[in-house]
Amino acid sequence: MDAWRVEVSVREGLPDPAGEAARSALIGAGLPIAGTVRSRRGFLLGRELTADAVERFAASVLSDPITDEFVVHAPGATVPAEAGRVTIRPRPGVTDQVARSVQKALVDQGFPAVPTGTYHAYLVPGSDAEALVAAAESSLANEVVQHVEADVVPDRLPGPGGEPDLAVHSVTIRGLDDAALEKVSQDGGLALTVREMRTIQAHFDGLGREPTQIELETLAQTWSEHCKHKTLTGTIRFGDEVIHNLLKSEIARVTRELDRDFCVSVFEDNAGVIEFDDEDCLCIKVETHNHPSAIEPFGGAATGVGGVIRDILGTGLSARPVANTDVFCFAPADTPDSEVPKGCLHPLRVLKGVVAGVRDYGNPMGIPTVHGAVHFDPDFIGNPLVYVGNIGIIPRDKIQKRARPGDHIVSIGGRTGRDGIHGATFSSLELHTESETVSSGAVQIGDPITERKAMDAVLRGRDENLFSAVTDCGAGGFSSAVGEMAEGLGAEVDLATAPLKYAGLAPWEIWISEAQERMVVAVPPEKLERLLAICDEEDVEAAVLGTFTDTGKLVLRYGDVVHGELELEFMHEGLPVFEREAIWNPGDHRDPDLPDESHLGAALLQCLADPNVASKEWIIRQYDHEVQGGSAGKPLCGPRRDGPNNGAVIAPKLGSTKGFAVSSGLNPRYSKIDPAAMAECAIDEALRNVVACGGDPEHTAVLDNYCWGNCSKPERLGELVRATRALCELAITYRTPFISGKDSLNNEFRDGDRTIAIPGCILVTALSVVPDVTRTLTSSPRTPGSHLYLIGVTRRELGGSVYWKTKGHLGASVPRVDGNLGKRVLDGTARAIAAGAITACHDLSEGGLAVAAAEMAIAGRLGVTLDLLEVKTDGVSRAEEVLFSESQSRFLCEVPVDRVADFEANLYDVPFARIGAFTDAHRDWVVTRGGTELARVPMADLLRAFKGTLDFDGTLTEDLR
Amino acid sequence: MTHAPRALILRAPGINCERETFHAFELAGAAPEYVHVKHLRHHPELLEGFSIFVAPGGFAYGDDIAAGRVLANELRQTVGDQLLAFVERGGLALGICNGFQMLVRLGLLPRTDGGSLAQQVALSHNLSDHYECRWVTLKTPANRCVFLDEGLTLTVPAAHGEGRLTPKDAALAETLQRDGYTAFVYVDEDGAATESYPANPNGSPGGVAGLTDVTGRVLGLMPHPDRAYLPFHAPDWRRAGLAERAEGMVIFDAMVRTARGDG
Repeated sequence: MDAWRVEVSVREGLPDPAGEAARSALIGAGLPIAGTVRSRRGFLLGRELTADAVERFAASVLSDPITDEFVVHAPGATVPAEAGRVTIRPRPGVTDQVARSVQKALVDQGFPAVPTGTYHAYLVPGSDAEALVAAAESSLANEVVQHVEADVVPDRLPGPGGEPDLAVHSVTIRGLDDAALEKVSQDGGLALTVREMRTIQAHFDGLGREPTQIELETLAQTWSEHCKHKTLTGTIRFGDEVIHNLLKSEIARVTRELDRDFCVSVFEDNAGVIEFDDEDCLCIKVETHNHPSAIEPFGGAATGVGGVIRDILGTGLSARPVANTDVFCFAPADTPDSEVPKGCLHPLRVLKGVVAGVRDYGNPMGIPTVHGAVHFDPDFIGNPLVYVGNIGIIPRDKIQKRARPGDHIVSIGGRTGRDGIHGATFSSLELHTESETVSSGAVQIGDPITERKAMDAVLRGRDENLFSAVTDCGAGGFSSAVGEMAEGLGAEVDLATAPLKYAGLAPWEIWISEAQERMVVAVPPEKLERLLAICDEEDVEAAVLGTFTDTGKLVLRYGDVVHGELELEFMHEGLPVFEREAIWNPGDHRDPDLPDESHLGAALLQCLADPNVASKEWIIRQYDHEVQGGSAGKPLCGPRRDGPNNGAVIAPKLGSTKGFAVSSGLNPRYSKIDPAAMAECAIDEALRNVVACGGDPEHTAVLDNYCWGNCSKPERLGELVRATRALCELAITYRTPFISGKDSLNNEFRDGDRTIAIPGCILVTALSVVPDVTRTLTSSPRTPGSHLYLIGVTRRELGGSVYWKTKGHLGASVPRVDGNLGKRVLDGTARAIAAGAITACHDLSEGGLAVAAAEMAIAGRLGVTLDLLEVKTDGVSRAEEVLFSESQSRFLCEVPVDRVADFEANLYDVPFARIGAFTDAHRDWVVTRGGTELARVPMADLLRAFKGTLDFDGTLTEDLR
Repeated sequence: MTHAPRALILRAPGINCERETFHAFELAGAAPEYVHVKHLRHHPELLEGFSIFVAPGGFAYGDDIAAGRVLANELRQTVGDQLLAFVERGGLALGICNGFQMLVRLGLLPRTDGGSLAQQVALSHNLSDHYECRWVTLKTPANRCVFLDEGLTLTVPAAHGEGRLTPKDAALAETLQRDGYTAFVYVDEDGAATESYPANPNGSPGGVAGLTDVTGRVLGLMPHPDRAYLPFHAPDWRRAGLAERAEGMVIFDAMVRTARGDG
């Protein structure tokens, strides 16, 4: 359909930051640009509008009267060519929320609600059209969701959509052999194994008919690895052992055996729930969104955040989200282009896209992103990891939910489109060179404002007791949400009632679409009217999709025509148990010899500059970590607010100082030597971090999030079993229950004959209740002259360390955790903090003592001196080992001179030593052995190293005071 | 018991700082109430019962097209006259961050000619071209705002992507400065107004961070006093000790005092 075109640009002579940003991005993509780049925002408006209306609307709404100018092109009018112009527009069907707001503004102005669209253009003087398009494709746009053209002014709006295919399709599977069954699964993108296909075949043989397409799709969604965790709940042959359901026999066993009374709901709901105060509980969930983020980093990460927020909204009868967390693993940002396999995006692009995605979802939702971490390793080139978490608060009497027969099935939130079809099954497959093209339907674009509206409506509905159950639409869309809620009941759904983004969706597409921002609630008939009224007040769409029944059957209709009828018991219990082999072979690792000469200062600077240690401030500043007024401990600390803090402290209830600390532990590099060490260090680090914030280790719960390679390979699965056992043993010792977890397997990238597997890694997230946030602390020392204490024992554990990494080695002596010592260290440190004897605390992790001391010095802008002779060690002789060993269960503490006795008394059963002091006599990092100075590094050098590596816009290192 | 002025806390799709803003006004002694724009546009007479109107921060309508633009357009079309009348008869108004962007686009700020609603200044993209969250220090110059003293210093977080003030022309820029329309400026470590990053996070000329209007009863600012209204919000309380009253409360307290008539 022809349309009006309005192009808005910043007035000549005024700064055009968007044009500037595009210019640097295009230059980064290799395009030579001599002059300035100007940006244009394009709007398409339906031709029904009059010329006068378009002119007025453009002047008052589409452009800024102070800073912008605009031109209008009439429908069908030819627009003169402009050299050096590139246009980027959303592909048909991709969510365009701005277009929707344009339409709203039209209506507010009194104009008709004509179709609208948007696009962007850039004017790049003197550039060759072909080179410009190529550079724009690789730096400004993503082909999966956007279309890039040279010198085009779009002139058409997307049509109304085609006619849907409403026929009931049955799929022939009866009588097929294994090969043919496999082909059915593959051709349909179902990700079902032959065994599963055979189970389905037998079931329908029993019914005496073929399955319909929608039935087969439903089973594929419900039985996907993503939804069912088939590997971890299956049977594993590990050497002579047979393990039945690793999740139950290990992870859930920890929680059961510990039987901590603060656990309220674990492994049952969308998130784990623990006690907070007399009125409320906390709930927490961490998810991964790896595969979508690999293909479309911005949309993938954004919808990951949106998804985990909905998990919290769908916990119990809905919790209020109060904080986001985000942890990423990428290949190094400076990876040469030549080392990026075909089908992968460059890691810097992935990083920037992911950060922007988290930012542009979390910030508009009004949920602070308070804690995160980033780890770099070349093995993440094909499979970047994007962990996103959310914490919510929920009244104690809103935790139980149960849909009842007769309840209406009501969807609240966004409309359903073709986005994200087959996301759940896609995430269960290996990525490969063509993934970018074949899986584009699996990528979704987020719309945080719609989610915010749905959130406000759902929380009001909860407070008025208007529904008996709620869950989110995540992977599998309605099929998973309704299927889950109907378990033990029955449900009848009319797919013709779902509000659609555009016409043309077949019933099965509506059913499994992963369109974002949708919640499903079970509403008793007498409460429906009130709930719909609230949704109307909150400006969010709600639709009655059907009814919960007591038939044990899921009936899917479109109007009067039945498209599918499945027994819920078969859906939920029919999945055959997976069987897999696992083996563990310790690799052959050796520690390299330490260098002959000591350059301790240079080694420190190399470690500080390593991207795994270096400041993440460029990322952190783009996240709103203050919204909601609960921030009592920030991600960056110290007088210049650039010191890396241990975790976040939040007081989630306005007017109360009761709070929580949240942090995490992750170290995939150790996994390359021994996954057991990786797992132990992850939980130890997470707990150290919350304790260092002032969290109570006796009121702390943990989450396990696995990301692993292809576990149909016995060695990968063996690594996973080994890591799990180490993790669980330590969790028992630490008395920290697992309350929620998730796994993302198949993180392998296939590039021709080569596969690149990620190092197996477990992210442990720790959530700790804090009685009073005004008694918490940070890693920033406050007082010159105060003592520096090191709690814990330093061993010869450089294996997998950042120190060896900076020298190109892996090493062998990977840190292990002595749980009994570790527990005493955590408890003793927490006691001393609670007594007020510690004024700053930092855990020792990557880079060991040297880096932790430097980070504290940076945070407090104070000098620090360390005497290596004083450090409590075990089998360590060399200064490098004392300084850079990554032994676990250690803290550095600032102790005021007048609190020494109190500090030491509280650590009665823990090894510790006074190893130095903070000073303002100088601002250097100084290491001595006895009276002999071994190394000295000035503050400016520390800052340059720490802040320079990930300073992507050159602002962090501008001022090194 | 002194009288608690009623404060209208505006809600709209994408406004997301309403709870803390509500609470801050409550602490200041106001009687805050949420009113959704969808309700207000059909009941503009509601405004008559309030003495304070607050547009909290957030991303109204996703900041689609431009920050605050869609909400400003909606208010202008539906309750513009009533809002103007509200200010003219002595009502106080506050816009924080996105609320400030919206009031500027609505034309309620700075309205130097005292006339009808017309946009005079823009809040443009930060020179960094991205959103940024950091604590900044603000100072109040001599100004015409009826509840804001000169010489106040407060440390508050800024969190925005479009905060660079761009007046319509040089004459207006001159008027804003000369006639006390500048309510807040970003200051450097020496307390001087600054255009330098990061003390000024967006590059706003003259360091302008907030504006008042011709009546002195409307205030808008980019940074968030609503995130610095409890003592433990401050980034340095562990060093400096917990304040008895958080710095951000200065604004809420002053508005409530003035609305009560004992300012």
